[in-house]
This record gives sequence, structure tokens and C-alpha cells, in this order.
Amino acid sequence: MEILANLSLGFSTAFSLANLFFCFVGVVLGTLVGVLPGLGPVATIAMLLPITYSFEPVTALIMLAGIFYGAQYGGSTTAILVNLPGEASSVITALDGYAMARKGQAGKALAVAAIGSFIAGTIATFLIALAAPPLAALAMQFGPAEYFSLLVMGLIVSIVLAHGSLLHAIGMILLGLLLGIIGSDVNSGAERFTFGQPWLADGIGFVVLAMGMYGIGEIINNLEKHETRDVMTKSVTGLRLSWAEFKGILPSILRGTGVGSFLGILPGGGAVLSSFAAYAVEKKLSKNPIPFGQGAIEGVAGPESANNAGAQTSFIPMLTLGIPSNPTMAIMIGAMMIHSIQPGPAVLTEQPALFWGLIVSMWIGNLFLIVLNLPMIGIWVKLITAPYHLMYPVILVFCAIGVMSISNTEWDVFLMAFFGVVGYVFNKLECEPAPMLLGFILGPMMEEYLRRALLMSKGDFSVFLTRPISATLLALAVVALIVVLLPTISKKREETFKE
Amino acid sequence: MGTTIKHPKDFYAGMMYFGVGAAAAYIARDYTMGSAVRMGPAYFPTMLAILLMIVGAISVVRSFLRKGENIKAFAWKEIGLIIGSIVLFGVLVRGAGLGPALVLLVLLSAWASPEFKLRTALLLAAITTILSVLVFVTGLGLPFPILGSWFSM
Repeated sequence: MEILANLSLGFSTAFSLANLFFCFVGVVLGTLVGVLPGLGPVATIAMLLPITYSFEPVTALIMLAGIFYGAQYGGSTTAILVNLPGEASSVITALDGYAMARKGQAGKALAVAAIGSFIAGTIATFLIALAAPPLAALAMQFGPAEYFSLLVMGLIVSIVLAHGSLLHAIGMILLGLLLGIIGSDVNSGAERFTFGQPWLADGIGFVVLAMGMYGIGEIINNLEKHETRDVMTKSVTGLRLSWAEFKGILPSILRGTGVGSFLGILPGGGAVLSSFAAYAVEKKLSKNPIPFGQGAIEGVAGPESANNAGAQTSFIPMLTLGIPSNPTMAIMIGAMMIHSIQPGPAVLTEQPALFWGLIVSMWIGNLFLIVLNLPMIGIWVKLITAPYHLMYPVILVFCAIGVMSISNTEWDVFLMAFFGVVGYVFNKLECEPAPMLLGFILGPMMEEYLRRALLMSKGDFSVFLTRPISATLLALAVVALIVVLLPTISKKREETFKE
Repeated sequence: MGTTIKHPKDFYAGMMYFGVGAAAAYIARDYTMGSAVRMGPAYFPTMLAILLMIVGAISVVRSFLRKGENIKAFAWKEIGLIIGSIVLFGVLVRGAGLGPALVLLVLLSAWASPEFKLRTALLLAAITTILSVLVFVTGLGLPFPILGSWFSM
């Protein structure tokens, strides 16, 4: 069994002392940012990226990944106890989770969320181990034409799955693609859109962009909202489920895992959409006499399992194809590049220890998380009401020092401030920043594949349609676009996002 | 003007897309276009810029037809203080050094909160600065001067 050999390689990597320790640090930080108000995983990973420079690449990735899926756990705690989702992916959990807390069932809701997340995380980890090798093998056959079509399909699917306006999702992707092109052209060496500034010659740093949009922009947003947080229950009790209760919700957990695992793979899907879709599924199938929105336990189990499964499986396209399906994965790609690993199908064959070590660490991380989030829930509950007015100046300090430490130029600090304003204005205009970040990462790749494909076909654009895999990918993109533009479905899509 | 623009968010977002697209297309005129076989540096950006201008135009046209909410007021004080504190950090970090730059960053940004109290802010600034210097300069060895050249006589 090849998979067993792979997993044992993974275990031997992940169980090294340093990797175990930083896996733990990652999930603790993840839970922390999930619980703390106004700080998300994207900004946190961007802030901590400079610190991981001195790490082994696999250790750095293990820790950064831990922050991402750890935040899914932490986010659900605030959703249930304060009705304020710590992360966008737990928005839906707040509906029934908070209703359960108001009825005095906070402990049960938290237990379901943690157990569901753990089961989902375990299954999703195995799915990655199963699906990644064949996908990577398939991707090895890809030429530039296939890659270009894959990127087009990825971007179109992410448009289809984006929240809010389709038109703005397209606009933001194009904006991101253009931003990504700033800097020296790899082929001709010509400097593009640099305005003659040497600090722009290498392009805009991904960390600068992400910290500006997600770190600084968010802070200004939070400051104008003036929200107050009252914890529902000071002490949480009854953190266990009876066997009968567990059997009752197991189908919901498994359904959520299925939905989440599938949507996590799709670009733009990931954790957020997974939880929404799983809630819709549970609402349709549930036989619970308690109506949804008033404390139905399935309304917690399904979405919480789904967001964790989706968070895990979103690593599949990142690790096998080198394509990010959400902003966090885009940062992970940035982290790999900093450690001079080119993300793509070759990672699996050239860096098997890194690949399998990362996957196994996710399962270990989930084990840590269930311990952190059940017996030790009391600690996190205290942090929910952490005073934001003392927190955000510290976040700013991290952002400022982080940016300076990467590039050692104050221009990047100014650029980060600029993107902070941009992020704030985009929020006012209801333009989602996520598609822009995807475009930003994919811009240079897309140009390069387009160039190579056209060079090989002697400038004939039909190459994208005559090669079967490429044509299939483009056909899928067209189908996705048509489906979402059909009036009946677009209405349904709006409903799903409104709930 | 509120009568003709029914959807201000779409209108301004569209203007932004169109403006950025037009600017990119204009700047890219100076680069070599090349052909499909040998794409020059201008080829791909010009394609993107044109698409972005189209998206922008659609958004602007749509804003005259479809109704939408108004854009909520900007929090100018918060923007000014947060952005100002970061820019000031960038200006000061080399000349004045990491220490003074951090103290001012924390103080100025903390002022943006409605719960701002000078004493807590001073305390926070002191703790954050000392810890950051210890962690980043002493611990991780980042090459920033704690007190910059402006202070050496």
C-alpha cells in the first residue's frame, strides 16, 4: 500500500519535536485569532510570515496551516457564545449556536462544533492523502495551454462562488491580475507600471497587499463599528454529548463533511461557502422538531463540520496544482515561494517529506484542537471580551515591523498604508477583496502560461480548444458561467448568501 | 446628482475600474506590444486593462438603472489617525529609530478609539515598544537601530 508508506513518511516528519511544537503553536494562535475580535487568519499569517523565515520550510508551513484551520475552531466559539462570528466561516453557526446558548445549551453546542470539526478534519485529511497523488500525476501531464485554461476555469468558478455581485467579483479579479503584473517582466526584463521607482521593480509584495487590505483596512472598519461584546454564559458547563445525541447528529456531521470537502476544492469555495451550503442541506433534510434558527443542533453540526472539511481540502489544489482557492492558500503559496519551493505537482515528488508531513500535521493539529477547545474552553471564553482598543495598536506594530523586516524599505510601509485605505474604500463599495488577492497571485502565472502556450502554437488561439483537457476545462468554465447567469439559479444563489 | 445615480456603490466602483483600466492601458502604450506568437510586455496588461474598462463601464451604466443603498459616511478621524500613524512610523523608523517610531505608532493609533485614555495608551506604548525591541531586535536580530542617527550628536 503506497498510501501507508506515504503516511508513515508523513508521521515521521510531523512527529519531530520542532514540527509538533510549531503545529501546537499554530493551532493555539489559530484558536486565538478565531476568538479575538477583529483579527482574521489571513492577516495573522501575513504578520507571522517574516518570523518563519528562519524555520525549515515544512515547519513554517505546518505552523501557518495550523493558524488557518485552528481559526475555524476558535471562530465557532465566539459565534456560539456571543453571537459574533469570529470568522466569516462561522457566520451561519451563530444562528443556531447562539440560540442554543440562550437556552442554556452552550456546552452542548460547543461540544458538537468541536467533535464535528474533528471528525470532518480527520476525514478530509484522508481525502487529501487519497486525492492528491492522482491529481498531481494528472497535473504533470499539463502543458502551458492546460494550465492557462485551468487558471481561467479557477477564476471563473471563484467568480461564480463569490459573495455578492458577480460584476464586482470580475472587476476585482482583473484588478488583482493587473496589480500582480507590476514589476519587471520576466521575459523582456522591461519594468512595467513601476513609475520608475526601484522599490516597485520586484513587484508589490504579497504580504504588503494582504496586511494592508486585511490588517489595516479591517482595523479602520472595526473602529467605526463600535461593537460591544457580551458573553452569553460566564461559565460553560455540560460539555459532553450522550451516545444517543452523538448518533443523532452523526449523519449531519458526515453530510457537512461531504459538502465541505467538495466545495473546499473549488476556487473561491473553501470554508465560508461550505458552511452556508451545509446549513442549507441540513435545513432541507433535518427531522428535528426544533425549527432552524431557534437552536437546532444540526444547524451547528453541519456547518461546523463543513467549514473545517472545506478548510482542509482547500489545500488540495494548492499542493497539487499550485493554485490557491482562497486568500489563505494564496499566502501559503507566498510562504512556499519565500522558502524557494515552487508550488505545483512537482512538490509531491520532489518534497515528499514536506507534502506528507504537512498533511499528517493537520490531523495532529485537529487532535490538539479538540483538546484545546473542549477541556480548556474556559480560557478562550475569557479572551472573547479582550479589549479591542488595546489590541489593534499591537496589531499595527506587528504589521509595521513585519513589512519592514521583509523588504527593509519604508516604501513598503507606505504601500501597506495605501492598501489599508484601498481595503477600507472597497469595503464601503461592497467590493470583496478575496478575488483580488487570487488574481494578484495568479496574474504572473497566467501571463507566463499564455505566453508559452501561444509560442508553442505559433500564435494560434485555437490551441486552447483543440487540446482535450484544456477544452474540457474551458467548457466547464462556460457551463459554470451559464448556470449562474440563468435567472432562476441566480435568484437561488442570492437567497443562499442572504440566509 | 442623487437623482440620476441610483446605485452610488456601483457607480463609484465602476469609475474606479474604468479609471484604473484606462490608466493601465495608457501607461502600457510605452511598452512593446509584440504579437500573439511573441507576446510583448504590453500584450497581457493591455488585454486585462480593456476588460477592466468594459467591466467598469457596465457597472457605471448599471448604476443609472438599478437602485442601491447609499455609501455610508467615511470615518475620517479613524482613517487619518491609523494611516497617519503608519506613515509616521515609516518616516521615523530609520532616522529616529525603532523605539521612538513604535511609541508614536501606538500612541497615535490608540487615539482613534473612542475608549482612548492617555495613561493606558502611554502604558501600552511602553510595554509594546520594549517587548518588540526585545523580540525583534535582540531576539530575532532584525537590523533596525533602536535609537536612530537623529539622536547621535
